[in-house]
Amino acid sequence: MATGPSLGTVLRRGLVAFALLMGLALPVAADTDSLSARITALATGDFATKEAIIVELAATGDAAAVPALRALGDGDLQIRKADRKVIIAVRDGNRLTAVDPVTGADLGAVESGALERIRVNNNLRRALRAAVGSLTLLSKDVTVRRLAAESVFKSLDPTALETLDQAIQVETDERVRRLMVQARAAAILQTDRPEAEKLEAVAIIADRGDQDARGVLSAVAASSEGEVKDKALASIALIEQSLAMWEAGQNIWYGISLGSVLLLAAIGLAITFGVMGVINMAHGEMVMIGAYVTFAVQEVIRTSAPWLFDASLLIALPLAFLTAGAVGVAIERGIIRWLYGRPLETLLATWGLSLVLQQAVRSIFGPSNREVGAPSWMSGAFELGGLTLTYGRAWIIVFAIMVFALLVVVLKRTAFGLQMRAVTQNRRMASSMGIRTTWVDAMTFGLGSGIAGIAGVALSQIDNVSPNLGQSYIIDSFMVVVFGGVGNLWGTLVGALTLGVVNKFLEPYAGAVLGKILVLVFIILFIQKRPRGMFALKGRAVES
Amino acid sequence: MARAMPLGLGRSGIAFLVIVAAAGVLVPFLNLATPVDSPWHVPTTTVVLFGKYLCFALLALSIDLVWGYCGILSLGHGAFFALGGYAMGMHLMREIGSRGVYGNPVLPDFMVFLNWKELPWYWYGFDQFWFAAIMALLVPGALAFVFGAFAFRSRVTGVYLSIITQAMTFALMLAFFRNDMGLGGNNGLTDFKDVLGFDLQQNATRCGLFALSAAALAAGFLVCRAIVSSKLGKVLVAVRDAESRTRFIGYRVEHFKLFVFTVSAMMAGLAGALYVPQVGIINPGEFAPANSIEAVIWVAVGGRGTLVGAALGARGRQRRQELVHRGASRALAVRARRAVHFRHAVPAEGAARPGRYPPRQAPGAAGGDAGPARNGR
Repeated sequence: MATGPSLGTVLRRGLVAFALLMGLALPVAADTDSLSARITALATGDFATKEAIIVELAATGDAAAVPALRALGDGDLQIRKADRKVIIAVRDGNRLTAVDPVTGADLGAVESGALERIRVNNNLRRALRAAVGSLTLLSKDVTVRRLAAESVFKSLDPTALETLDQAIQVETDERVRRLMVQARAAAILQTDRPEAEKLEAVAIIADRGDQDARGVLSAVAASSEGEVKDKALASIALIEQSLAMWEAGQNIWYGISLGSVLLLAAIGLAITFGVMGVINMAHGEMVMIGAYVTFAVQEVIRTSAPWLFDASLLIALPLAFLTAGAVGVAIERGIIRWLYGRPLETLLATWGLSLVLQQAVRSIFGPSNREVGAPSWMSGAFELGGLTLTYGRAWIIVFAIMVFALLVVVLKRTAFGLQMRAVTQNRRMASSMGIRTTWVDAMTFGLGSGIAGIAGVALSQIDNVSPNLGQSYIIDSFMVVVFGGVGNLWGTLVGALTLGVVNKFLEPYAGAVLGKILVLVFIILFIQKRPRGMFALKGRAVES
Repeated sequence: MARAMPLGLGRSGIAFLVIVAAAGVLVPFLNLATPVDSPWHVPTTTVVLFGKYLCFALLALSIDLVWGYCGILSLGHGAFFALGGYAMGMHLMREIGSRGVYGNPVLPDFMVFLNWKELPWYWYGFDQFWFAAIMALLVPGALAFVFGAFAFRSRVTGVYLSIITQAMTFALMLAFFRNDMGLGGNNGLTDFKDVLGFDLQQNATRCGLFALSAAALAAGFLVCRAIVSSKLGKVLVAVRDAESRTRFIGYRVEHFKLFVFTVSAMMAGLAGALYVPQVGIINPGEFAPANSIEAVIWVAVGGRGTLVGAALGARGRQRRQELVHRGASRALAVRARRAVHFRHAVPAEGAARPGRYPPRQAPGAAGGDAGPARNGR
């Protein structure tokens, strides 16, 4: 896991550096001289000259001048007395650092006594705002314009109105234009324009409907009177409603995400425990084996075929299935088949086995967490309305559903599934019909273990790959299977999703740990009420 | 001898009691009365170690009572053990008084550290030893009573019961890990000074605790024997072997189960209460499901349904673990090997006593217990 983020971080840093180089170096190379000459010129001359220079700077349309202009407005553009160089003084706590106004390069610490402020008056400030506004809001770069519109929206600066009007006229990008209109509305609410215009502005902001819009509106509601105030309050209520809805949506998403993880962890158990009735306490270790197979595959790919990295999980899937499945068959042949019909003894023996497997993995791979990277198609996030969804989680949900569907098809539509169900329902009859029941037992257990193995591939993406990986899932898995109803795959699906969603909805109120405790208590009480789970099997097989 | 067995103790029972009593007297005596360099001297570390074994043996005994004689496989007995331990730990915490690091006469150190202003209500009374001692029995007993009442009334049996008891101890572990619980959170309760005015670091106190543990084990053994050899015990065995039939005959199965489950939980609580002053710490790790399962394995190895075997199993297993104490992983490996090995032990044991553990899936057997064969062969 650690490589993914760290690799990503490195890449991201590289990208940022690259963008900075491109973004700064190119225009700077072209204009640096004239730009720094003009900025240096700001240090001398009277207010009229300065204003002329500012207008000139704005006319170049070069966004590199923005930091200097902003600094000038804030009184941070200063002259270093020693060499009469114009710098931006950046205050960090008690320390002052000099920064080059054009390149942004760090020029070292300075004393405030060694600096001389470049003076501005109100007239100049207005010119500065206009210049900054036009350099950003009227910039050729869409991203700069968008960011500028966002920042005006947040700063509620009524002085930006003129530039905004101008920018809205010429804006071509629909999204940026909408942002600008919203920013304009927010700015209008700070002025003393007629009420009708303000009401319109409130409506525009209410349409935006996010946290920022609520902030603007509550400021408006506090400072205004009459109809505007009423409308603002009504809009706030609406926004809060929709925000609550999105939050609930986000919770459901998290819940489904957790539910899919639970489903993955439990679905193999639904076969071994649910269908065969074997209490397999080593189930979690099958998941762990799957995760370690993923690790091993990635190790091999890293050393010998790095270009395959994005496909590493796809390669690991069949391998994990086969490895865990083979271990499962070995366990069934070696231990469990002697213990059929004695669930309590099976429980203890498989628990011991889980310790053996943990120890084996610890001896081979070491006790510490192993790093499993995320392929590029699993990192990142996308937005859907007010929701932020990560690709990793989304893939795991899709994957869990695919595994589930696959399993249902195997059980209901294949000859092997038919034999499996026949053996489960009536062993003697199945045997009489010529089904090799022992073979079916071994294969069924292998199937359940193999499914646990491929669950491990997915879980290696969101959990630490350590020898203890399985232990953390075993209790949850049993809870899901028992809650959903033993011997019923659909029950497992519904059980996993229910528990996931309930857990996530409890978390904001009770905290993560207490939420989990409440869920456990709920399950304990639920089993009292329906000892056979949500979707209990009916009929004579129930009492065994 | 036969006449001297009023409780149906049997030869092994008598021998067990004699050994426990002898150990309870001799070990402290040899520790205190002999000089350190004497070949007869028992080192203090051994006294503490064997004191621990005695507590584990009592825990194993309590599990054997419910599992061996009533067929209730509880994977949550560690929770009762830990609860008893916490009750005693709370008393020892209060006894520290103003000798703690922060010197607060009322609040334990961790509460001062977490800026608690006053003692939570559930800590009231724990400054009295008698109260803590009663609570060490009452709290596990009450939990077992409530839990059992729910579970047995709705006929949660077999594996399902095992799984929800495991969930119970898991939930308790999570709860006790929280600092808000007011029970020391992650670190638990530790740094005890003395009990009833006796310094816990003194050899004499340790020997006293050892003797007490031996007495508790003997008493627990006698109680278990009394239960299983009474008419009640016969019903319990009937419940174990054929629960539905027992119910149809007219016994209120859930009442019998509830009684024995509660008694067993109280015994486990007592074991925990004796364990804590000897090891000097109690933390949420004691609630870990693995601990409970391990205790069950002691019983399985020692011999389910034989009280003596259960108690010896606990000691033997622990001893082996301490011997390979060099690394946690070694201990784990041994533990694992034993747990798997046990699968060979059990069928043999079952075969040696025909009728005690009838095959669950007898072909064609009527009644709910055997039922239509799902996996029987």
